[in-house]
Amino acid sequence: MLTITNLSATVANKPILKGLSLSVNAGEIHAIMGPNGAGKSTLGYTLGGRPGYEVTGGSVDFDGQDLLALAPHERAAAGLFLGFQYPVEIPGVSMVQFLRESLNAQRKARGEDPLSGGAFLKLAREKAALLRLDPDMLKRPVNVGFSGGEKKRAEMVQMGILDPRLAILDETDSGLDIDALKVCGEGINAIMRRPDKAVLLITHYQRLLDYVKPDFVHVLAGGRIVRSGGADLALELEEQGYEAVVA
Amino acid sequence: MTALPTKHDEAWRYADLGALAPVWPIATETIVLGAGEHGARSLVIDGAAVHDIVVTLGDGAVFAFHVLNAARGYGRVAIRVTLGRGAQFHLGAAQLAGGEQTVEIVTEVVHAEPDAVSRQIVRQVLAGKATGNYLGRVVVDRGAVGTDGEQSIRAMLLDRGATANARPELEIYADDVKCAHGCAIGELDKDGLFYLASRGLPPGAAKALMLQAFLAEAFAGAQDEDHLTAAALTALETLL
Repeated sequence: MLTITNLSATVANKPILKGLSLSVNAGEIHAIMGPNGAGKSTLGYTLGGRPGYEVTGGSVDFDGQDLLALAPHERAAAGLFLGFQYPVEIPGVSMVQFLRESLNAQRKARGEDPLSGGAFLKLAREKAALLRLDPDMLKRPVNVGFSGGEKKRAEMVQMGILDPRLAILDETDSGLDIDALKVCGEGINAIMRRPDKAVLLITHYQRLLDYVKPDFVHVLAGGRIVRSGGADLALELEEQGYEAVVA
Repeated sequence: MTALPTKHDEAWRYADLGALAPVWPIATETIVLGAGEHGARSLVIDGAAVHDIVVTLGDGAVFAFHVLNAARGYGRVAIRVTLGRGAQFHLGAAQLAGGEQTVEIVTEVVHAEPDAVSRQIVRQVLAGKATGNYLGRVVVDRGAVGTDGEQSIRAMLLDRGATANARPELEIYADDVKCAHGCAIGELDKDGLFYLASRGLPPGAAKALMLQAFLAEAFAGAQDEDHLTAAALTALETLL
């Protein structure tokens, strides 16, 4: 589904990703772990197409398409979802309006009919319930006044509504208390644990992986994948620290 | 004034005088509300137009004025308001312009008597090499104690070539008055735009969504709020 080959990227002319290669197949969940400054978030933003993240080498194939040639909104329509570490607040724009317009823009790009207001609301309520988010929050401006945990659950609600093929979740576990972590983990499983979908979980800690069992764990350090393994690798990292494993 | 103004006239400093000449002189429209009367007026400019309006509000009169200045060409609204005791004046205006157009709102609000309230909210969206101006003077006469005046002026520049001039002015000759003004000129939040794009919204739709909310503030509470907001969105689409 996703093949990253020798990807290099700079931020403000500073090289961050230095020849990163990674392959993700449908039905798989991959965890990307690594110390601060390793380039984890840069990987997410580069795949999402954030302005300022400049690709200087390598290629990314997503379902047979050159991902890097697509604009951010085209990547979304192609089935990519980026879960933000710090979801952005947008005053004055309601969650419902934002998500309905987003979903219908994606559907239009794929040549599908738009979802009616009623059908959309039903879908949105269903996904909010799955993440135990008060559906009234969807009437509020995007992320404005949401607590840290609510923002992250709202990200997962968005993921449920947009129903992507590949989700890249950037530190979805940060800022979550233990209960919210469990709810988010279960949400990720319910939405994305499918034979035709895949997840790239970017995280510092093992704890989210207690709920979302990865098929593969990769250690990102110095802008490259330096080690890959199964779910056990996360436990080893937790026990020994990155320094011991990376060295 | 019968002679064509020049750039030396403060109220015409940023005006498009070339576009003004063919329509000069401008007829003044007069609105008078007697004591306790209520009135509202909405003005939608979608061609070229220059308006000069003089409003006199009697004691306790309430007047709401909403302007959508989406002129194609030069669009100017000048309004002078004199408030009686306890009178209320509300201005909610949105200006949208692209190309090399100039749009402007020039206000003079005179609190002549005590306890009057004036609120001015102006929102501007400027693209291309357009210029959007707000020149607003609030005068509080001697003895007009208990005055409550507010000016909230914001502009969004969509392109580097666009210009916003905002000049709120206060002339206060009385004690015990409350006059606030806020002024901000900025660009759309890039992080917000990327966030919206990452969910599938094309750039134009993402900008429109963010600007809708911004413009809607100008028409909140207007009698024909829905109509004005819809007209503003239509004008917005031509800029994106």
